Parts: sequence; structure tokens; C-alpha cells
Amino acid sequence: MSAGNHRSVRPSRILLYIVLILAAGFFLMPVYILIVTSLKSYADVNLATMWSLPKQISLDSFLSAWNGDPTKGTIGLSNNFMNSMKLAIPATILSAIVGSLNGYVLAKWKFPGANFIFALILFGMFIPYQSILIPLMLTLQAWGKALRPLVENVQAWQVPIFLEWIKTLVQTYVPAYGTIGGLMIVHVIYGIPITTLIFRNYYAEIPDELLEAGKIDGAGFWGLYRYVLFPLSVPGFVVVIIWEFQSIWNEFLFAVVLTNNAASQPITVALNNLAGSYIVEWNVQMAGALLAALPTLLIFIVLGRYFMRGLLAGSLKG
Amino acid sequence: MHWRLNRDRLTAILVILPSVIAILVFVYGFIGWTGWASTLNWNDMMAIPKGGLFPATNSIQMDNYIRLFTVDQRFQIDLRNTIVFTVFFIGSCLFLGLGLAILLDQKIRNEGFFRSIYLFPMAVSFIVTGVVWRWLLNPGSAGAPVGVNQLLVNLGLPFLQSKWYTNPQALYILPDSPVGQFLHQVGLSSVTTPNFGISVAMLSVVLAAVWQMSGYTMALYLAGLRGVPDELREAARVDGANEIQIYQQVIMPLLRPITLSAVIILGHISLKIFDLISAMTGPGPAFATDVPAYYMFDTVFRGNHFARGAAIAIILLISVAVLVVPYLVNAIRTEVHR
Repeated sequence: MSAGNHRSVRPSRILLYIVLILAAGFFLMPVYILIVTSLKSYADVNLATMWSLPKQISLDSFLSAWNGDPTKGTIGLSNNFMNSMKLAIPATILSAIVGSLNGYVLAKWKFPGANFIFALILFGMFIPYQSILIPLMLTLQAWGKALRPLVENVQAWQVPIFLEWIKTLVQTYVPAYGTIGGLMIVHVIYGIPITTLIFRNYYAEIPDELLEAGKIDGAGFWGLYRYVLFPLSVPGFVVVIIWEFQSIWNEFLFAVVLTNNAASQPITVALNNLAGSYIVEWNVQMAGALLAALPTLLIFIVLGRYFMRGLLAGSLKG
Repeated sequence: MHWRLNRDRLTAILVILPSVIAILVFVYGFIGWTGWASTLNWNDMMAIPKGGLFPATNSIQMDNYIRLFTVDQRFQIDLRNTIVFTVFFIGSCLFLGLGLAILLDQKIRNEGFFRSIYLFPMAVSFIVTGVVWRWLLNPGSAGAPVGVNQLLVNLGLPFLQSKWYTNPQALYILPDSPVGQFLHQVGLSSVTTPNFGISVAMLSVVLAAVWQMSGYTMALYLAGLRGVPDELREAARVDGANEIQIYQQVIMPLLRPITLSAVIILGHISLKIFDLISAMTGPGPAFATDVPAYYMFDTVFRGNHFARGAAIAIILLISVAVLVVPYLVNAIRTEVHR
């Protein structure tokens, strides 16, 4: 009983598809130029033919964007790409755990004032971060000053040779101005509203009867979380992890203000610098942009369905 | 049911407490700090001891705000640009998003494929978008067009070429035009200045932003359209309504809450827009693409005008709050009642 059979007027259907394909052309145009440009060899890069296909596939631009060009003194994006990974992966995991616990409390352990607290937390999602940026920078600088003795002494620590990596770990993740750890903690804190929102709405759908049954069996707060809620949380975690990873990977304002040294800058900042530099050719810029977009694009292609759900959750559709 | 504290409930409160404290300090405390800093005469990094949190400077009350709204030309251009950006960005996203959603709702073969193509720009950062569109909308030179201009020439549409984001002009009501003379008569001659015009360069930034966000608007509308029960359409059809009337009279009214959500979400993105401006144009020629969020960053982190930046940040916050708070309150209230 499909209604489609009644209105398959041919010409209008064809027009419909033409419009859809034209729209697709608009959305794919930048991707086309990104891919075509990135895959051209240096000899093939020419402004007059920028829309034509590469004569032969070459990875020169990618390699130059990734490794830099010593002859011009440019640094590649490889280090920044890894910084973004070191930042986004732990920050995402921490955010998901915090959000899951908060959502559990706000959905299943409502206390007097819980809705007010929820609203209070939620507002943090919408603030322009400019309004907290200056004190945030000063706070991280203060932490950096307080923790400096620790960081400076790390190299002198007497640790077994197989634990040497701990020194690097401490230096990377010390929560301070200019470190990946400082940026990570900032992302976890300002991620609280959205992760709490998604998990709270997700857990609200789980029937209270399941928890009541668990309570009768003698389970407490942690028991119910561990044996009832958590096993049912996988889709919620997938949505939150995808959402957080892509927003942290793509974030720019915190990164540009809170990491002052190239060694700890994420890829968005490095790409912005690369694109603002006049000595870097445009094909290298395009390859850099493609590198910066690749991880989140891959996630979108593989897990698009969950990506959609995160987007819709972000619209407060509770 | 009466609520009484017990062990598990105490655990629950202790679990959420660190997050609440973090939000109180890092959101509300810091906003308070910024509000306080916006009243200071603070234009110097040295005013603050290293590792300290409070500058030792005197208060000048509301002077920073007064200055922004009276003598600061750059800020007034920024306000104009934000309004232009917001209006065109939201308008285009709603139009394109709704249009694409309705088209995709026509039982399209490969719908998922088209949907993914329209939506994927959401997955990349505004920085990537800015870098790519800066290149695409690079005007090139008259004899050697590049990017979109070159594409337009190749397609036989050279008259559509534009200077894009490098165009410093603003379109505004000329004082000696009939409308301008009328405005002069009614004492609104200040409206007939570029400060009340449309910055042409800003429209290029709008194009890039629409490329990134219209798919998202489409996804919102499509979810809404899928929520319209088939019986409703069928009933309207039985009543003799044609497809266009069904959309106009049955479906559109049901999509109103979605339009509201979309306006709130797109609106708060456009008021805060910073990344895209940074990567694509910066302040632009004669501040043609400057916005308050960029000015704040520029004046604080490059110019050390902390107090002025704090004042801009507070103005930004208030404008976002005016947009979001009523919506938030309403959303939570309806949810509690449900």
C-alpha cells in the first residue's frame, strides 16, 4: 500500500533527482578539490588547471604536509596529529565515564533540586567560551606554576628502565597551561553538560522496574550501575564517544589559547598556522586539511548512524 | 513520595558533586570573574602577578561597555557583521535544510546515500572548512581566476565571478535615495550609513558556514518529517488535499518546534562564530568579516586589553543567554511535567 505508486509522475521524479544531485555537487565540491589537489604531484600542480584530475597519483603533498619541508624550515603536521590523538582519546573516555555517572544519578536517583542542578549544568553547554577564557588561562597558568617543581624534577626521578615512559606521561598530562593534560582537563570539564544530557536522556528510557528488581535482589547504587545500567549503556557510550571525540578533535578556541608551544598544539591550531603561512603551497595546505579531517570523516562514514543520534541529542530533543 | 536520605542516595549525591562543583567554578565562577574584570582598567599583562588570578588595577565601572557602544568603530562594525551573518546563515540553513528534507521525504531511492553526503560536513572542523573555502573563494586575478571563479568561467558563467571575501564594500541604504530621504525625514538618518549595511565579504563566510551546517538542519527536519504519522497525510489526501497543500497545512505546522530548535542552535553557533573566521578570513579588509568573538580574542591575546575583551565576552554571553535561556527553561519544564 505504498503511496509512491500513485504519484510516480515521471518528469517530476527526474527533476527531483536532478535537484538532489545538484545539491550533492555543492556539498562534494570542496571534497573534490581537496582530494584532487592532494593527489597531484608537484609538477602537476598548476593554478590554471586546479579543477582537472591529476595526471598521475602522487603522495608528495601528503608527505610534505605530514613531514614538513626542511628546505623551507616548515614543520609537518605529524606531531600535531599525534597530539590531537593523545588529547582526544583520553578526554573522550573520561568525559564518557563522567557523563554516564552524572546521567545515572540525574535519571535514576533524583534528589530534591535535581532538576535545578540539571538546568544549571545544561546552561554550560551554550555559553560562549570567550566568557570564561581569561580566568581559565590564568587558572591553568597558576596550576603550571604550582606544579613546576614536579615537572622539572621528573627527569631526575630514579625509576626502573622499563618505567621510563612514566616520565613522558607525567610531562604530557600534567594539568597546566601549555600541556596536553591542561587542555584535556578543560575538555572534560566543559564536556560535562553535553555528556550528562545525552546519558540522562538515554537512561530515562530504561524502565525503573529493572532497577526495582535489582534493588529487591539487594543491589545498591554501584551494584545497579554495574549489573543493570552499564550493560545496557553500550549505544549511549557509542553516541557520546563519537560526539566527544569529534568535538574535541575539531575544537580550536581552547587549543589556540591554552597551548602556546608547537610541541603540544593539536592539529586544528597547526593547520590554521599552516594555512596562514605564505611559504606553504596550496596543495600542501589542502593535503593538511584532508589529514586533519580524516579521523572524524572516517568515523562518520563507518558509524554515521550513531553520529546522527549524537547530533539530535545535541538539539535537546529530550 | 517523600524523599529521605539513605546510603545509596548519599552515594548518588557524592558522585555528581565533583561535576557540580566543577561547573559552579569553571562556568559560573569564571563568568562572574569575567564580569568583574570587565569593569576594570586593565590593559596590561603585568597587572597580574605570575601565577595569580586577580589583577591589581582600579575599577572604571561601565566605561569599557560605554566605550564599545559609543566610540569603538570596530565593535560597531562587528555588531553589524554578526547580525548580517546570523540572519543570512539561519535563513539559508532553514531554507536549504527544509527543502532538502522535503525532497528526501519523497521515498527516494538511495536516500541514505544522499543524506550522508548532505550531512558529512558536520564531521569536519570549522578550521578545515575555513581553509578549504578560503582557497575555493580566493578571487585570483582578473586574467587568471582560481577556485570557484575559475569553475564559473569553465562553466560559461563568467559574469557570476565575485571578489568574495576580499570585497570591502557594504550594501546600505544611500542617503539620497528615496528611502534614505524618508529615513532622514523621520530622524533615522544614521541608518543610511555603512554601519547599518550588509558586508558583502561576510556573505562568503556565510556560504562556507551554510555548507557546513545546512545538512544538520536537514537532519533535524527529516527526523521531524519522519515523526508525522502516515495516517495524517492519508486523511488529508482523502479530504482532497494535494501534496503541496498537505505540506502547507498539515506538515509545516507540526514542524514549528523543529524550526525553533534549529533557530536556537544555529543562532548560538552564529553568535559565537570564531574558528571559521580565524581560518578563512580573519578580520578581513576594513573589518569586513570581523565579529565580536574574534575581536575579543584579538584584543585580549594579542593586544593585552583584558578588560575590553572581558566586556565583549559578557556582551556575547548576554546575547546567547537571551536566545537560549527561555528555550532551556521551557524544554526542562515540559520534560518535568511529562
